[in-house]
Amino acid sequence: MAVCIAVIAKENYPLYIRSVPTQNELKFHYTVHTSLDVVEEKISAVGKSLGDQRELYLGLLYPTEDYKVYGYVTNSKVKFVIVVDSSNTSLRDNEIRSMFRKLHNSFTDVMCNPFHSPGNTIQSKAFDGIVSGMMVQTASTV
Amino acid sequence: LSAWRRTRMADEAPFQFLHNEVIQYIYTSAENGETENGRHIATLENMGFRVGQGLMERLTKDAARFKDELDIMKFVCKDFWTCVFKKQIDNLRTNHQGIYVLQDNKFRLLSQLSAGKQYLEHAPKYLAFTCGLVRGALSNLGVKSIVTAEVSIMPACKFQIMIQKM
Repeated sequence: MAVCIAVIAKENYPLYIRSVPTQNELKFHYTVHTSLDVVEEKISAVGKSLGDQRELYLGLLYPTEDYKVYGYVTNSKVKFVIVVDSSNTSLRDNEIRSMFRKLHNSFTDVMCNPFHSPGNTIQSKAFDGIVSGMMVQTASTV
Repeated sequence: LSAWRRTRMADEAPFQFLHNEVIQYIYTSAENGETENGRHIATLENMGFRVGQGLMERLTKDAARFKDELDIMKFVCKDFWTCVFKKQIDNLRTNHQGIYVLQDNKFRLLSQLSAGKQYLEHAPKYLAFTCGLVRGALSNLGVKSIVTAEVSIMPACKFQIMIQKM
Protein backbone atom coordinates (compact mmCIF):
# COMPACT_ATOMS: atom_id res chain seq x y z
CA MET A 1 0.00 0.00 0.00
CA ALA A 2 1.49 3.27 -1.07
CA VAL A 3 1.55 6.60 0.67
CA CYS A 4 2.11 8.46 -2.56
CA ILE A 5 1.69 7.66 -6.24
CA ALA A 6 2.78 9.93 -9.08
CA VAL A 7 2.75 9.88 -12.86
CA ILE A 8 5.34 12.10 -14.52
CA ALA A 9 5.32 13.07 -18.19
CA LYS A 10 8.34 12.60 -20.38
CA GLU A 11 9.05 16.32 -20.08
CA ASN A 12 9.30 15.76 -16.33
CA TYR A 13 6.20 17.54 -15.12
CA PRO A 14 3.55 15.76 -13.06
CA LEU A 15 0.50 14.39 -14.84
CA TYR A 16 -0.94 13.02 -11.66
CA ILE A 17 0.12 13.01 -8.05
CA ARG A 18 -1.81 11.69 -5.13
CA SER A 19 -0.67 11.25 -1.58
CA VAL A 20 -2.09 10.25 1.72
CA PRO A 21 -3.36 13.40 3.45
CA THR A 22 -0.84 14.41 6.09
CA GLN A 23 0.36 17.67 7.52
CA ASN A 24 3.13 18.05 5.05
CA GLU A 25 2.05 16.72 1.66
CA LEU A 26 4.62 18.89 -0.04
CA LYS A 27 7.35 16.58 1.20
CA PHE A 28 5.94 13.83 -1.01
CA HIS A 29 6.04 16.14 -3.99
CA TYR A 30 9.66 16.87 -3.12
CA THR A 31 10.48 13.19 -2.72
CA VAL A 32 9.00 12.40 -6.12
CA HIS A 33 10.86 15.30 -7.67
CA THR A 34 14.22 14.20 -6.33
CA SER A 35 13.55 10.63 -7.39
CA LEU A 36 13.45 11.82 -11.01
CA ASP A 37 17.23 12.25 -10.96
CA VAL A 38 17.66 8.66 -9.89
CA VAL A 39 15.30 7.57 -12.66
CA GLU A 40 17.40 9.43 -15.24
CA GLU A 41 20.53 7.78 -13.89
CA LYS A 42 19.03 4.33 -14.09
CA ILE A 43 17.74 4.81 -17.62
CA SER A 44 21.07 5.99 -18.94
CA ALA A 45 22.80 3.15 -17.11
CA VAL A 46 20.59 0.65 -18.90
CA GLY A 47 22.05 1.72 -22.22
CA LYS A 48 25.53 0.80 -21.10
CA SER A 49 24.85 -2.47 -19.30
CA LEU A 50 25.04 -4.89 -22.19
CA GLY A 51 21.47 -5.17 -23.32
CA ASP A 52 20.05 -7.33 -20.56
CA GLN A 53 18.04 -4.95 -18.43
CA ARG A 54 15.34 -3.98 -20.87
CA GLU A 55 12.62 -4.13 -18.31
CA LEU A 56 10.32 -1.26 -17.63
CA TYR A 57 10.43 -1.75 -13.85
CA LEU A 58 13.32 0.09 -12.26
CA GLY A 59 13.07 -1.25 -8.76
CA LEU A 60 13.95 0.57 -5.58
CA LEU A 61 15.19 4.02 -6.47
CA TYR A 62 16.36 5.09 -3.07
CA PRO A 63 15.41 4.64 0.55
CA THR A 64 15.00 7.56 2.90
CA GLU A 65 14.61 7.38 6.66
CA ASP A 66 10.88 6.96 6.53
CA TYR A 67 10.12 5.94 2.99
CA LYS A 68 11.14 3.77 0.09
CA VAL A 69 10.72 5.03 -3.46
CA TYR A 70 10.16 2.74 -6.45
CA GLY A 71 10.22 3.66 -10.11
CA TYR A 72 8.96 2.42 -13.48
CA VAL A 73 9.37 3.98 -16.91
CA THR A 74 7.21 3.15 -19.91
CA ASN A 75 8.45 3.05 -23.49
CA SER A 76 6.75 6.36 -23.98
CA LYS A 77 9.08 7.82 -21.34
CA VAL A 78 6.31 8.35 -18.81
CA LYS A 79 7.44 7.65 -15.28
CA PHE A 80 5.49 6.14 -12.46
CA VAL A 81 6.73 6.65 -8.92
CA ILE A 82 5.41 4.83 -5.88
CA VAL A 83 6.38 5.85 -2.36
CA VAL A 84 5.79 3.40 0.47
CA ASP A 85 6.36 3.59 4.17
CA SER A 86 9.68 2.07 5.25
CA SER A 87 8.03 0.36 8.16
CA ASN A 88 5.92 -1.64 5.73
CA THR A 89 8.37 -4.50 5.38
CA SER A 90 5.77 -7.00 4.29
CA LEU A 91 5.49 -5.36 0.88
CA ARG A 92 7.39 -7.53 -1.59
CA ASP A 93 9.00 -6.75 -4.90
CA ASN A 94 6.35 -8.75 -6.75
CA GLU A 95 3.58 -6.74 -5.21
CA ILE A 96 5.21 -3.49 -6.20
CA ARG A 97 5.67 -4.80 -9.74
CA SER A 98 2.01 -5.70 -9.96
CA MET A 99 1.04 -2.26 -8.67
CA PHE A 100 3.05 -0.71 -11.49
CA ARG A 101 1.46 -3.09 -13.97
CA LYS A 102 -2.01 -1.99 -12.88
CA LEU A 103 -0.98 1.65 -13.12
CA HIS A 104 0.41 1.12 -16.59
CA ASN A 105 -2.74 -0.65 -17.77
CA SER A 106 -4.95 2.08 -16.41
CA PHE A 107 -2.68 4.75 -17.84
CA THR A 108 -2.89 3.15 -21.28
CA ASP A 109 -6.66 3.29 -21.07
CA VAL A 110 -6.46 6.98 -20.21
CA MET A 111 -4.17 7.61 -23.18
CA CYS A 112 -6.64 5.94 -25.52
CA ASN A 113 -9.52 8.00 -24.22
CA PRO A 114 -10.36 10.45 -27.00
CA PHE A 115 -11.41 13.04 -24.45
CA HIS A 116 -8.00 13.08 -22.90
CA SER A 117 -5.18 15.06 -24.48
CA PRO A 118 -1.75 13.59 -23.95
CA GLY A 119 0.19 16.07 -21.89
CA ASN A 120 -2.77 17.17 -19.82
CA THR A 121 -3.21 16.15 -16.23
CA ILE A 122 -5.06 12.92 -15.75
CA GLN A 123 -8.64 13.41 -14.68
CA SER A 124 -10.07 9.97 -15.10
CA LYS A 125 -12.32 8.48 -12.44
CA ALA A 126 -11.24 5.01 -13.44
CA PHE A 127 -7.62 5.93 -12.92
CA ASP A 128 -8.47 7.52 -9.57
CA GLY A 129 -10.17 4.29 -8.58
CA ILE A 130 -7.15 2.16 -9.41
CA VAL A 131 -4.89 4.48 -7.48
CA SER A 132 -7.23 4.57 -4.47
CA GLY A 133 -7.10 0.82 -4.37
CA MET A 134 -3.35 1.01 -3.88
CA MET A 135 -3.10 3.79 -1.39
CA VAL A 136 -2.99 3.41 2.33
CA GLN A 137 -6.50 3.92 3.62
CA THR A 138 -6.64 6.34 6.51
CA ALA A 139 -9.66 6.98 8.68
CA SER A 140 -10.04 10.51 7.43
CA THR A 141 -10.12 9.74 3.70
CA VAL A 142 -13.54 9.75 2.10
CA LEU B 1 -13.83 8.39 -32.56
CA SER B 2 -13.56 5.97 -29.68
CA ALA B 3 -14.68 3.32 -32.15
CA TRP B 4 -11.27 3.59 -33.82
CA ARG B 5 -9.64 2.20 -30.74
CA ARG B 6 -11.94 -0.78 -30.56
CA THR B 7 -11.62 -1.82 -34.18
CA ARG B 8 -7.88 -1.99 -34.03
CA MET B 9 -7.75 -5.75 -33.65
CA ALA B 10 -11.07 -7.02 -34.92
CA ASP B 11 -11.57 -6.69 -38.66
CA GLU B 12 -9.96 -4.80 -41.44
CA ALA B 13 -13.18 -3.95 -43.19
CA PRO B 14 -14.80 -1.78 -40.48
CA PHE B 15 -11.63 0.28 -40.20
CA GLN B 16 -11.40 0.78 -43.96
CA PHE B 17 -15.07 1.73 -44.21
CA LEU B 18 -14.77 4.13 -41.31
CA HIS B 19 -11.61 5.64 -42.76
CA ASN B 20 -13.26 6.22 -46.13
CA GLU B 21 -16.37 7.67 -44.52
CA VAL B 22 -14.33 10.08 -42.43
CA ILE B 23 -12.60 11.33 -45.56
CA GLN B 24 -15.95 11.76 -47.32
CA TYR B 25 -17.41 13.54 -44.32
CA ILE B 26 -14.56 15.98 -44.03
CA TYR B 27 -14.70 16.89 -47.69
CA THR B 28 -18.47 17.16 -48.04
CA SER B 29 -19.00 19.09 -44.83
CA ALA B 30 -16.68 21.84 -45.99
CA GLU B 31 -18.52 25.15 -46.05
CA ASN B 32 -19.31 26.92 -49.30
CA GLY B 33 -17.93 24.03 -51.28
CA GLU B 34 -14.45 25.52 -50.91
CA THR B 35 -11.78 23.15 -51.95
CA GLU B 36 -9.40 23.87 -49.14
CA ASN B 37 -7.59 20.66 -49.69
CA GLY B 38 -4.70 21.55 -47.44
CA ARG B 39 -6.87 22.10 -44.42
CA HIS B 40 -8.74 18.82 -44.88
CA ILE B 41 -5.51 16.94 -45.24
CA ALA B 42 -4.27 18.58 -42.04
CA THR B 43 -7.46 17.60 -40.20
CA LEU B 44 -7.05 13.99 -41.27
CA GLU B 45 -3.40 14.02 -40.33
CA ASN B 46 -4.16 15.37 -36.88
CA MET B 47 -6.78 12.71 -36.28
CA GLY B 48 -4.23 10.11 -37.20
CA PHE B 49 -1.74 11.74 -34.86
CA ARG B 50 -3.99 11.36 -31.81
CA VAL B 51 -4.89 7.78 -32.66
CA GLY B 52 -1.23 6.97 -33.22
CA GLN B 53 -0.32 8.22 -29.75
CA GLY B 54 -2.91 6.09 -28.01
CA LEU B 55 -2.24 3.05 -30.15
CA MET B 56 1.49 3.19 -29.53
CA GLU B 57 0.90 3.43 -25.79
CA ARG B 58 -1.16 0.27 -25.95
CA LEU B 59 1.22 -1.64 -28.18
CA THR B 60 4.37 -0.85 -26.23
CA LYS B 61 2.78 -1.64 -22.90
CA ASP B 62 4.16 -5.14 -22.85
CA ALA B 63 7.20 -4.64 -25.04
CA ALA B 64 10.77 -4.44 -23.83
CA ARG B 65 12.48 -1.05 -23.80
CA PHE B 66 13.71 0.14 -27.21
CA LYS B 67 17.45 0.20 -27.73
CA ASP B 68 17.69 2.97 -30.30
CA GLU B 69 15.96 4.81 -33.12
CA LEU B 70 16.37 1.97 -35.58
CA ASP B 71 14.76 -0.37 -33.08
CA ILE B 72 11.78 1.96 -32.93
CA MET B 73 11.49 2.12 -36.73
CA LYS B 74 11.60 -1.65 -36.99
CA PHE B 75 8.83 -1.85 -34.43
CA VAL B 76 6.74 0.55 -36.53
CA CYS B 77 7.38 -1.51 -39.66
CA LYS B 78 6.52 -4.82 -38.07
CA ASP B 79 4.31 -4.80 -35.00
CA PHE B 80 2.64 -1.45 -35.50
CA TRP B 81 1.93 -1.94 -39.21
CA THR B 82 0.68 -5.47 -38.58
CA CYS B 83 -1.67 -4.26 -35.90
CA VAL B 84 -3.26 -1.61 -38.10
CA PHE B 85 -2.95 -3.09 -41.59
CA LYS B 86 -2.53 -6.80 -40.94
CA LYS B 87 0.76 -6.91 -42.81
CA GLN B 88 4.29 -5.64 -42.38
CA ILE B 89 6.09 -2.92 -44.26
CA ASP B 90 7.73 -4.51 -47.29
CA ASN B 91 10.91 -2.50 -47.34
CA LEU B 92 12.67 -0.16 -44.93
CA ARG B 93 15.50 2.06 -46.11
CA THR B 94 17.45 4.67 -44.23
CA ASN B 95 20.34 6.97 -44.79
CA HIS B 96 21.32 6.52 -41.13
CA GLN B 97 21.00 10.23 -40.73
CA GLY B 98 17.39 10.51 -39.66
CA ILE B 99 15.57 9.76 -42.90
CA TYR B 100 13.61 6.55 -43.27
CA VAL B 101 11.58 5.37 -46.21
CA LEU B 102 8.92 2.76 -45.57
CA GLN B 103 7.62 0.99 -48.61
CA ASP B 104 4.30 -0.80 -48.64
CA ASN B 105 3.68 -2.56 -51.95
CA LYS B 106 0.04 -3.21 -51.28
CA PHE B 107 -1.17 -0.50 -48.96
CA ARG B 108 -4.50 -1.63 -47.56
CA LEU B 109 -6.18 1.74 -47.64
CA LEU B 110 -5.37 2.20 -51.32
CA SER B 111 -5.96 -1.30 -52.61
CA GLN B 112 -9.69 -0.71 -53.02
CA LEU B 113 -9.12 2.57 -54.76
CA SER B 114 -7.31 1.56 -57.89
CA ALA B 115 -4.65 -0.74 -59.31
CA GLY B 116 -2.59 1.73 -61.22
CA LYS B 117 -2.72 5.39 -61.98
CA GLN B 118 -6.45 5.94 -61.93
CA TYR B 119 -7.61 8.32 -59.16
CA LEU B 120 -3.98 9.17 -58.39
CA GLU B 121 -4.98 12.74 -57.58
CA HIS B 122 -7.17 11.47 -54.74
CA ALA B 123 -4.49 9.34 -53.16
CA PRO B 124 -3.18 12.02 -50.78
CA LYS B 125 -6.51 12.10 -48.95
CA TYR B 126 -6.19 8.41 -48.24
CA LEU B 127 -2.66 8.71 -47.00
CA ALA B 128 -3.05 11.69 -44.68
CA PHE B 129 -4.48 9.76 -41.75
CA THR B 130 -1.75 7.15 -41.90
CA CYS B 131 0.96 9.81 -42.03
CA GLY B 132 -0.50 11.27 -38.87
CA LEU B 133 -0.73 7.81 -37.34
CA VAL B 134 2.98 7.25 -37.78
CA ARG B 135 3.85 10.74 -36.59
CA GLY B 136 1.70 10.31 -33.48
CA ALA B 137 3.14 6.90 -32.72
CA LEU B 138 6.70 8.20 -32.94
CA SER B 139 5.89 11.30 -30.94
CA ASN B 140 4.62 9.17 -28.09
CA LEU B 141 8.02 7.48 -27.98
CA GLY B 142 9.72 10.85 -27.80
CA VAL B 143 10.66 11.00 -31.48
CA LYS B 144 9.68 14.18 -33.29
CA SER B 145 9.23 13.72 -37.01
CA ILE B 146 7.68 14.86 -40.25
CA VAL B 147 5.91 12.13 -42.17
CA THR B 148 4.97 12.41 -45.82
CA ALA B 149 3.75 9.90 -48.32
CA GLU B 150 4.12 9.50 -52.03
CA VAL B 151 2.49 7.18 -54.46
CA SER B 152 3.01 6.71 -58.17
CA ILE B 153 1.35 3.40 -58.92
CA MET B 154 -1.36 2.21 -56.57
CA PRO B 155 -1.63 0.32 -54.33
CA ALA B 156 2.09 0.66 -53.64
CA CYS B 157 3.21 3.70 -51.68
CA LYS B 158 6.14 5.06 -49.74
CA PHE B 159 6.11 6.82 -46.41
CA GLN B 160 9.00 9.09 -45.73
CA ILE B 161 9.89 9.86 -42.13
CA MET B 162 12.24 12.73 -41.33
CA ILE B 163 13.40 12.70 -37.75
CA GLN B 164 13.61 16.16 -36.26
CA LYS B 165 16.50 16.59 -33.91
CA MET B 166 15.21 18.59 -30.97
